[in-house]
Amino acid sequence: MSMTKKDKLWYAFIIIAVALPCIPGVIGGSFFGHVATMVLLYASMAQSWNIISGYGGQVSFGHSVFFGIGAYGAGLAVVKFGSLPWFGAPLGMLAAAAVSIIISYPCFRLKGHYFAIATFAIVEIFNRLFMIWDAVGGALGLDYPILPDGWLNFSWSSTKTGYYIGALAIFLLVFGIVRHIEKNRMGYYLLAVREGQETAESLGVNSTVVKLGAMATSAALAALCGAFFAQYNYRVDPPMVMSLDMSMKFVLITILGGLGTFWGPFLGALVLIPLQEYTRAYLSHLGPGVDLIIFGLIIIIVMVKEPRGIMGLLGYISRKLGKTQDSAERGGDR
Amino acid sequence: MSSFLQVLIDGILSGLLYALVAAGLSMIWGVMDVINFAHGEFLMVAMYVCYWLGFILGLDPLFTWIASGIFLFVMGALTYKFVIKHSLGKAAMAPLLATFGLSMLLKNFCMNRFSPNFRLLSGTMLDGKTFEIGGAIVSVPQLVTGIFALVILAALYWLIKKTRLGWAIQATAMDKEAAELMGIDTEKIYLLVFGIGGACVGVAGGLMTTYLAVHPEVGALFSLIAFVVVALGGFGSIPGALAAALLIGLVESFSGFYIAAVVKYVAVFAIYLIVILVRPKGLFGW
Repeated sequence: MSMTKKDKLWYAFIIIAVALPCIPGVIGGSFFGHVATMVLLYASMAQSWNIISGYGGQVSFGHSVFFGIGAYGAGLAVVKFGSLPWFGAPLGMLAAAAVSIIISYPCFRLKGHYFAIATFAIVEIFNRLFMIWDAVGGALGLDYPILPDGWLNFSWSSTKTGYYIGALAIFLLVFGIVRHIEKNRMGYYLLAVREGQETAESLGVNSTVVKLGAMATSAALAALCGAFFAQYNYRVDPPMVMSLDMSMKFVLITILGGLGTFWGPFLGALVLIPLQEYTRAYLSHLGPGVDLIIFGLIIIIVMVKEPRGIMGLLGYISRKLGKTQDSAERGGDR
Repeated sequence: MSSFLQVLIDGILSGLLYALVAAGLSMIWGVMDVINFAHGEFLMVAMYVCYWLGFILGLDPLFTWIASGIFLFVMGALTYKFVIKHSLGKAAMAPLLATFGLSMLLKNFCMNRFSPNFRLLSGTMLDGKTFEIGGAIVSVPQLVTGIFALVILAALYWLIKKTRLGWAIQATAMDKEAAELMGIDTEKIYLLVFGIGGACVGVAGGLMTTYLAVHPEVGALFSLIAFVVVALGGFGSIPGALAAALLIGLVESFSGFYIAAVVKYVAVFAIYLIVILVRPKGLFGW
């Protein structure tokens, strides 16, 4: 089997990603380490969303519900049951997949903006229910007790290299799964459903099964990211994990990078997250909200100038370069 | 019995307010198939305009809604010219996400300039005025807002159904290319529609300052309710928006009173989901 250029890039990337945390002191407890961890986490979140909304074409604004269920799964296991997040996280993933199927089965009948607004409504319902549900801590949320450091509790206090390795593992898992989907039957079915559901069905694709499968996978992976988020922040509450703002992060990162492309979510996170973290750290003297003003401005500019995101921009640049090369060659022939 | 009447009146009055807030959104959605995600932040800006006019110049929001209406007309038109126009037709969700960016920008700008504090105009003409009907208390500022809502919805309906401009708007909504061939300047229609949509929410925000406090987050809940009202009423239908808004107002008021105050928005969004799953195009949609 010959390696294509794309595959080589992929393996090179894995090697770099694995090597990075081995450089002692670079990640540790530094601000850079925090930013790197967040980039990997948000890239994984965006990629999980990309499965159903990018490849599948069903734009969901409800993913913070699944993210939140995962976060509560890990949080409840630790805070309420004195157990380990390692048991809570997979249960949260299962619960998120089940909830996603129950919600999506009727909602997939809705088209375009109607689907989008239905998913907004679902986020609001879950947010408010979790706010008043005492068994999960209500509006106060769940605060972690002080736990010993290490992989057993998945918690570290001084040097945070463990979180970075955890985020990296999730990143490799999510991107690996999407790579697998993309290269196999499921991916082609998804694209076919996105491009024309009726046509795909007439060719024997069961669009309901394909969409529900993609949604469940997407929700379970989002929940895994949520579980990590709870461990990293040492607390869970509804506005933090289960809000429209959180849902929009899934959407914006992917769209900024490039909807329905493999590298889009990673590129989007690579640009937006450091920008968000560094502006928050360095522009805070200008008063509250300056980071979000800049964030908003960037989103407007991207949507107005290049809605296909960074991948679209890269495509444009490479086409431009290709064209000039072509014309130079043609010029030489003449 | 009087508590039932009270809950009914409260529901109708908040329903009328929602109809007023949703009217502009419905118009833009109906004509351009664009969701203005910054709708709630437009409302907030209108409230700040009237608040500062009242606070600095001592003008009453009973009159300054004209100023906020004009201000928001211009803001809507500028939003179309600089944001929507360039994102239309490029990607499915581009206008929605662009207006989401705008909403972040506006919300955090107001947060930065005016602090997150709640600000309420006191001593206005309608401040705290109430009267009684059959044991139920009616708040005058809310009643005035409700009457304005009916007048403005009627005016919008008249504009769309009975005027040449309205026919041009309908033609543009149905088939943009065909309308252009008939000599309609669709660019101008879009600009006007976005302006009118802004003006509606400008008036709504202005009137709301007579009895509600303004703060940077005030738009969030209202915009969600407006989305639900428009989707429930159906694609750009003004009577649909009114019916849906009244339904939402009554569900909110009755569930808040007879079940529990905390579940009222859960009930609102749940009713929306149930209706939309039975009729995917909304109550008055086609």
